[in-house]
Amino acid sequence: MMQNALYPVSGDPLLRVENLVVEYPLGNKTVHAVSGVSLDIARGETLGLVGESGCGKSTLGRAVIQLRRPVSGRVLFDGQDLTAMQGDTLRRMRRRVQLIFQDPIASLNPRRRIGDIIAEPLVISGVKDPKKREQLVHEVLSAVGLDPQLVIGRLPHEFSGGQCQRICIARALVLNPEFIICDEPVSALDVSIRAQILNLLEEMKARYGLTLLFIAHDLAVVKAVSDRVAVMYLGRLCEVGPSEQLFAQPAHPYTALLIEAIPVPDPDVRPAESVAVGEPPSPIAPPSGCRFRTRCPRADQRCSDEMPELREVAPAQFAACHHPLIGAD
Amino acid sequence: MTEPALLSVENVSVNLPTPRGNLRAVDQVDLSVGAGRTLGIVGESGCGKTMLSRAILQLLPKKAMLSGRVMFDGEDLVRLDRERLRKLRGRSLAVVFQDPMTSLNPVLTIGTQLIETLQEHLELDGVAAKMRSIELLAAVGIPAPEQRLMQYPHQLSGGMRQRVAIAIALSCEPKLLIADEPTTALDVTIQAQILDLLAREQRRRHMAMIIITHDLGVVAGRTDEVAVMYAGRVVERAPTPDLFKRMRMPYTEALLAAIPKIDAKPHTPLPAISGRPPDPTRPLKGCSFSPRCKYAWAQCQIEKPPLADADSPGHQYACFRPLNTEAGASA
Ligand SMILES: Nc1ncnc2c1ncn2[C@@H]1O[C@H](COP(=O)(O)OP(=O)(O)OP(=O)(O)O)[C@@H](O)[C@H]1O
Ligand SMILES: Nc1ncnc2c1ncn2[C@@H]1O[C@H](COP(=O)(O)OP(=O)(O)O)[C@@H](O)[C@H]1O
Ligand code: SF4
Ligand code: SF4
Ligand SMILES: [Mg+2]
Ligand SMILES: [Mg+2]
Repeated sequence: MMQNALYPVSGDPLLRVENLVVEYPLGNKTVHAVSGVSLDIARGETLGLVGESGCGKSTLGRAVIQLRRPVSGRVLFDGQDLTAMQGDTLRRMRRRVQLIFQDPIASLNPRRRIGDIIAEPLVISGVKDPKKREQLVHEVLSAVGLDPQLVIGRLPHEFSGGQCQRICIARALVLNPEFIICDEPVSALDVSIRAQILNLLEEMKARYGLTLLFIAHDLAVVKAVSDRVAVMYLGRLCEVGPSEQLFAQPAHPYTALLIEAIPVPDPDVRPAESVAVGEPPSPIAPPSGCRFRTRCPRADQRCSDEMPELREVAPAQFAACHHPLIGAD
Repeated sequence: MTEPALLSVENVSVNLPTPRGNLRAVDQVDLSVGAGRTLGIVGESGCGKTMLSRAILQLLPKKAMLSGRVMFDGEDLVRLDRERLRKLRGRSLAVVFQDPMTSLNPVLTIGTQLIETLQEHLELDGVAAKMRSIELLAAVGIPAPEQRLMQYPHQLSGGMRQRVAIAIALSCEPKLLIADEPTTALDVTIQAQILDLLAREQRRRHMAMIIITHDLGVVAGRTDEVAVMYAGRVVERAPTPDLFKRMRMPYTEALLAAIPKIDAKPHTPLPAISGRPPDPTRPLKGCSFSPRCKYAWAQCQIEKPPLADADSPGHQYACFRPLNTEAGASA
C-alpha cells in the first residue's frame, strides 16, 4: 500500500527516508508513532519538520540515526542503508550525524566541565593528542560565540538556557559532522534568545557546510531557517514543499490550520476564532483513512475510507489530501 | 478609566534576599485593570512577571519583602489577614499557571477537585456541585465531561489539563483572573483554543483578566492594554493599539523585532537582542536596557529614565530617547 510513495525532491540527497515505520509497544497495544514516512534531504539543504506535540517528530529524528530501530523502511545516508548496519560500522556513520535537543540544560552532564563535555566526542572517536583536542574545543566554542577561556572550566548550571544551547551546538560541531538533526532547539528559549540561536544555526550551517533537519512546532520559526518544510500529523506527512510556497498557498487543510493558529503581533489582525477544533486523536488507535479527518472541515466519506498518498499539487509541492486547497483535479 | 479600577497595583516592589545579595525582582510597579478589561504583561524570562503576579495574589516566597499597595475591590490585599485572603483567592481572585500540574492535585480525580472547590467556596451540596462541574467542563470545551470527572490529571493531554485548570479557576465566578503564561507549554493550535476560551469566558463574565506572556504576538489581538516589563520595572505601558503603532521604548521595539515573522523570507537574519538582561542582584545605575540598546547614549548609563507620559492618553514609557520623537533616534 505504501510502496509507491513519492520522493519529493531531488538531485543528490544526502538523506533519503523510505516508508519508515516506527512503533512503541504499550502494554498489549501499539503506539503508531511514525507510519510510513518518506522524504529526501538534499546536500546543503535545511528541511523543516513541523507538527503538534506527539505527532512523531522526535521519533522520526531518532529513527533516522537508529537510536530507535524502525519496524520497517530504510534510511539511506549518503547512499548507505543505516537500518542494515550494526556495531562499529553504524558508529562510524553516526559520527557524521549529530543531534541537538530541546532542553539544553538537561542534555549536558551536570558534573562535567564544559571543556570536557565538548572534548568527549573527540576522545570517543579516537583523537588522542590532548593539544589537538584542546585546539578543536577552542575553535568550536569561539565559533558559537563563547569565550573559550571563560567557559571551559565551568559547570553547566552556571550558564543560562541560551548559553547551554550554544554549548550543545559546539558539542555537535566538534566532530565536523555533515548532517545535524535539531530537535526543537529553540522551543525552551525566550523570544530574544531564540533569535540569537536561530541566527547562530544559520551561520554555522554556512560555515561548516551542514545539511539540517530542523524540527519545531512553531511554523514561523521553521520558516525562518528552512528551504523546504514538511508538515507531519499523527505519524504521517501531510505536506512537503518549498517554504515560501507552502506558506503562501498551503494545499493541506492541516497546514492551513497551523498557519492560522500563529499569533500575529499586530493588534489589527483579530485572531481567527477557534481555528483549531479539538485535539489530535491517540496514536494508539489512529483514525482510518486520513488521520486528520476527525478535525478537518473538508472531511467526507472518502476521507475515512481511503488513506491519501502524497502527490504533487504544485511544482515541488506535495500534499496527502483527497480535497486539497490547491491543485485539486 | 473614570470608574475606579478593580485592581490597582501601587508602587509595588519585591525584594528577595539571596546568597548573592538582595535581588530586586519587582521595582516600583504601578498598574491597574478594570472589570471586563484585559491587561497583558510582556517581557523576557526573569524580568519579574511571575513575581509581580505572586505579589498581587499574596503568594510570594516567605523570605520575600513586599512594599506598596495592592488595592482590589476596595481592600489593600497586602494588609489583609490570612483567613480573609484565603476566602478572596477562592472566590474573587483566580489564577492559571503555565504548568497546569502546579494547580492540579495529581492524586485526586478531576471531579473531586472541581466538586470540592465548588462545595467549599459556593457552599453547594454534592449533587449541585457535580452538575455545575459537568457544566464547567463542557464550557471549557472538554468532550464527554461526565467521564472526564473520573479521570486523573495524568490521564489528560497538556491542553486538556490546562482546560481543567481554567475550569477550576472559573468555577467560583472570580472578578479577576490572572493567567501566567497559560499557553507557553502548549502547541500553537491548542494555544489558540485556550486563548479563545479565556477571551470568551472573560467577556461572558465581565471579568478582569491579566495575561502574562513573553510573546507580543499573544497579547496583540487579545488585550485592551499592555505593560512591558524589563528588569523588574514597567518600561512601557499603553492601550494595545498605541503600543504597537506608537511604540516609544527601544526594548518594546527589540522584543517585537526578534519574533520570526510568518511573512518574512526564509534565511533572513533575525534582529536578535544581543546579550541578556542584567543580573537582578546587581542593578544598573542608569537605564537597565542600556547595555543592549542600540540607541543608548551617555546619559542612559548614568541616570535612570523615569516613567513619563507620552502624548496619547494612558501611554507611558521610560526612555531618554523615545522612538519616533524629536529627542529619539527614529528607528
Ligand atoms: N519510549 C516510548 N514509549 C512509548 N511511546 C512513546 C515513546 N516515545 C514516544 N512515544 C509516543 O510516540 C508518539 C510520538 O512521540 P514523539 O516524541 O516522536 O512526538 P513529537 O512529535 O516529537 O512530540 P513533541 O512535540 O511533544 O516533542 C507519541 O504518542 C508518544 O507518546
Ligand atoms: N523563589 C525565588 N527566590 C529567589 N529569587 C527568585 C525566586 N523566584 C524568582 N526569583 C528571581 O526573581 C526574578 C524575577 O523572576 P520571575 O518573576 O519568575 O520572572 P518571569 O516570570 O518574568 O520570568 C528573577 O531574577 C528570578 O531569578
Ligand atoms: S483527506 Fe479529507 S480529511 Fe484528510 S485532510 Fe484532506 S479533506 Fe481533510
Ligand atoms: S533610556 Fe537610553 S538605553 Fe534606555 S532604552 Fe532609552 S535610549 Fe535605550
Ligand atoms: Mg519531540
Ligand atoms: Mg514566569
